[in-house]
Amino acid sequence: MSEKNHNVSRRQFLTYTLMGVGGFMGAAMVMPMVRFAVDPILQADAAGDMNELTALSDLTEEPQAFSLTYEVEDGWVTQTMEDTVWAYLSGDEVVALSPTCTHLGCTVNFGGDENNPDQFFCPCHFGRFEIDGTNVPGTPPTEPLHRYDTEIRDGVIYVGRPQPQQ
Amino acid sequence: MLQRIYDWIDDRIDITPIWRDIADHEVPEHVNPGHHFSAFVYCFGGLTFFTVVIQILSGMFLTMYYVPDIVNAHASVEYLQSEVAFGMIVRGMHHWGASVVIVMMFLHTLRVFFTGSYKKPREINWVVGVLIFFVILALGLTGYLLPWDMKAYFATQVTLEIVASVPVVGDTLETLIAGGEVIGAQTLTRFFAIHVFFLPGALLGLIAVHFIMIRRQGISGPL
Ligand code: HEM
Ligand code: FES
Repeated sequence: MSEKNHNVSRRQFLTYTLMGVGGFMGAAMVMPMVRFAVDPILQADAAGDMNELTALSDLTEEPQAFSLTYEVEDGWVTQTMEDTVWAYLSGDEVVALSPTCTHLGCTVNFGGDENNPDQFFCPCHFGRFEIDGTNVPGTPPTEPLHRYDTEIRDGVIYVGRPQPQQ
Repeated sequence: MLQRIYDWIDDRIDITPIWRDIADHEVPEHVNPGHHFSAFVYCFGGLTFFTVVIQILSGMFLTMYYVPDIVNAHASVEYLQSEVAFGMIVRGMHHWGASVVIVMMFLHTLRVFFTGSYKKPREINWVVGVLIFFVILALGLTGYLLPWDMKAYFATQVTLEIVASVPVVGDTLETLIAGGEVIGAQTLTRFFAIHVFFLPGALLGLIAVHFIMIRRQGISGPL
């Protein structure tokens, strides 16, 4: 075969085949490692277990901070996590709020600002939230505090994971 | 498109001579398996390098899950192998690759020996090759402890017994390598650091020297 009058030259043919086969082999090598590395984003989120918070009789109309302990499967270890939950009674309804500020994640305190004793206050950039978690307009946070799903069994309050409100 | 990106960069910083200098060199007939099939023996050096690259890559990825701690090491290996997608493959690459490197390196050494390529002017590269040999053996040895299972533990016990049998300084050396009086927490962190940082660093340095010398001296002539 001559080198002339072919649409694909010998050199081009070899380049394509070698790049094709090489690319395939390279991908076969790298693909498992990449999938291995990105596994955490593809693993299903842990199901929302309900964990015991406190007795219903502990709640008042005034928000109080309760500590919530729960277990998390973290790779090869089971971690005991501890979160703070602000809970109170609004009539018959149990309201349980997460103290993580929706601005940049600092921790809010109920009544933390002397001038606004009935609000949650974030010391980082003076963010404020109403008692039901609604963010006060004109302060940095742009959405309400996240709220826990709650469930009451035999006078004990169980909570899931905090969810965005609205 | 790619061509235009390449041209744009090349226009500015003139990269063509760099890769030409690396990639554009003659492959003499006597080392080209296309001419004489038996010339495949000249591939073992490249295959050794290829498996070293696989070891380094798969090792880097394993380190995303592995912890060098006596309480968690074994659990983390078990987790990455059985729970993480492709964990069995990635660990398998590293596990079997460790043996393949040594086999390839051995075959490469045999080729160099039987073609007499170690003779003048290539004596220095033979010496560098022997150093690479030792570094890779040490990688296999230190890596073997990391899964922290029974096999790992007792193999390391044997290693340390051998070290301890060195005259005069044996006991001191054993303590130095074990990082203490027992095979434990400090042995594992030590072996991990050596396996993952010190030896790969040394290996890449030696390989660079090895390759630079080959480019300077060319491949040895036909028999
Ligand atoms: C020529 C190079 C290398 C050789 C011969 C080698 C050899 C080994 C061996 C024999 C094991 C035990 C594997 C098992 O029993 O399943 C191991 C484990 C390990 N190696 Fe390497 N290794 C090399 C390079 C590297 C590099 C460059 C890294 C990291 C940057 C690395 C990270 C690891 C880790 C994290 C483990 C523990 C995980 C496991 O046991 O599966 N290795 N290595
Ligand atoms: S983080 Fe709370 S106001 Fe900025």
